Amino acid sequence: MSASEPVLSVRNLTVEIGTRRGTARVVNDISYDVHRGETVAIVGESGSGKTVSALALMRLLPEPPARVGGRVLLDGVDLLRGSERELCRIRGHRIAMVFQDPMTSLNPVLTIGQQLVEPIRLHLPLTAGAARDRAVEMLHLVGIPAPRHRLDDYPHQFSGGMRQRVMIAMALACDPEVLIADEATTALDVTTQAQIVELVAGLQDRMGMAVVWITHDLGVVAGIADRVAVMYAGQVLEEAPVDALYEDPRHPYTTGLLASVPTPGIDRPHRLFAIPGLPPDPVALPPGCPFWDRCAVRGEPRAEFTPQPLRPVGSDHQVACSCAGPAARHG
Amino acid sequence: MTDDPEDRATPGAGAPIAEHRTRTRETIGILLTNRLSAFGLVVMGLLIFTAVFGSMVAPYDPTSVDIPARLSGPSLDHPFGTDNLGRDVFSRVLAGARVSFQVGIVAVGISLTMGVVTGLVAGFYSGAADAVLMRAMDMLFAFPAILLAIAVLAVLGPGITNAMIAIGIVYIPIFARITRASTLVVKEELYVRAARSVGASDLRILRRHILPNILAPIIVQTSLSLAFAILAEAALSFLGLGVQRPTPAWGRMLAEGRDFVNQAPWMGIFPGIAVFVTVLAFNFVGDGLRDALDPKQKSVIESRGRAV
Repeated sequence: MSASEPVLSVRNLTVEIGTRRGTARVVNDISYDVHRGETVAIVGESGSGKTVSALALMRLLPEPPARVGGRVLLDGVDLLRGSERELCRIRGHRIAMVFQDPMTSLNPVLTIGQQLVEPIRLHLPLTAGAARDRAVEMLHLVGIPAPRHRLDDYPHQFSGGMRQRVMIAMALACDPEVLIADEATTALDVTTQAQIVELVAGLQDRMGMAVVWITHDLGVVAGIADRVAVMYAGQVLEEAPVDALYEDPRHPYTTGLLASVPTPGIDRPHRLFAIPGLPPDPVALPPGCPFWDRCAVRGEPRAEFTPQPLRPVGSDHQVACSCAGPAARHG
Repeated sequence: MTDDPEDRATPGAGAPIAEHRTRTRETIGILLTNRLSAFGLVVMGLLIFTAVFGSMVAPYDPTSVDIPARLSGPSLDHPFGTDNLGRDVFSRVLAGARVSFQVGIVAVGISLTMGVVTGLVAGFYSGAADAVLMRAMDMLFAFPAILLAIAVLAVLGPGITNAMIAIGIVYIPIFARITRASTLVVKEELYVRAARSVGASDLRILRRHILPNILAPIIVQTSLSLAFAILAEAALSFLGLGVQRPTPAWGRMLAEGRDFVNQAPWMGIFPGIAVFVTVLAFNFVGDGLRDALDPKQKSVIESRGRAV
């Protein structure tokens, strides 16, 4: 952990989305910091608000119906207060994003080259020819063979893994300070996943950017993350350095998540562990702890639970649970 | 004009048109395998040739009066006969092609530009912009096309330029609706969000990412609208509101021929056939294009083409 200022600082981010049934509180007051060169993983099950929080911090959510609150500081500049014009200059230049589905995130009517040149021409003072050279260089960097020839190909001539490489090349073309990878490997097969993870880690070493890696794959997290934030029902329940989280999970939800990861090589006589129940409805979030219904160690009735803020339980380790004292773990 | 234009052309909405150049060739190939659209394409080519070079091919000056030869029937000298002032009907039909195309292209150009811009803005921004623009379009659409064109001409005064403007205005809503419907679909695509995430502005996204993806239905509608516009021009000229004498126009010729329908039916028959064939050709091409540009239909048509 560097003592320097974080490059990206998310403070009290909230997202509410107006629906026909009422207001869905999808992201509830999350805060985290990402430092230069660091990888922060945000994990959580589907619907926990991981993707929405990432889109919200880049201001990519349509508002309305979404309402975004809080602050997102990129080098001290609040992205949530910036004008659309300012954001156009920041997005793709200083903060970039890779999406979950590489099959649909490239425009089918434009060549790879045209799309790759787009952010370069938008943000860097390069001529068309120089931008093209830069595009070739980026394709080479992400490991696409014969990049100069592939530039005039269309997305459908690329495989899923190759397209995700192109997306990464696009995201990194202007050397951003922060890269948000939203389930960037989820749609890919396992071998390709490993390649993409390795690719991003390698590029991160070279370019020194900060990475926010959003995933539900705890295996990926263990491999690349420096720190992990566990999200549930739009809240961060636990945040810790990756080793601390795996060795000493404090929140019952984290414990449950880790217990439901299959371990290769160990004979399992029983079924894989699953946390019982379902996440709460974001339109009707219960007061207090959102995990109470499914919690294995809940002590007191819900009524006595006040909303739990994150509180430190170790060096750089925070948890939002009243039972998560050192004694209460592994409930 | 009877069926809902939105239904007519939306099947191709959002269809990825990958690889422009080869795709264009491919599309023309598919058009030629369908006999009707191949016919339409050939006729269209002939008409365009006529519109451009008609005056060179024409045996007579379309406006030169030859009273002694008036109302003579089709012969070797005058293949389509002569009219009540002895003008050569064949030369006038050829010259009329130019006027029809001129009006058709300019009018459709107006409705295409205005309609596509309106539709893009309405579909992309939704909300208030959408409501205001589309209600305005609904108001335009509520009038019968010809009636609206006549109303516009009543305000602007008759004449070929005003006829172009009037017809152009009448067909704006069709383009606006098709464009809006397709925009609504395409703007939700992930690649639009991805473009935004690399810093593309709204204008850039509309122009570079949305417009090329919704071209298919717009191209189809352009072809069909050309037919409507040519028909509308003929109707307006027939009523004396469009092209003014002495410029030959099919609609005017029909109107003049009406008085001599018993003595010289060829005065009306030939321009009538010209309008009919032109409109038919554009409709065939439009239908063929719709099939060719719709990826779901394509394999069916290709196999049908092989079977023929």
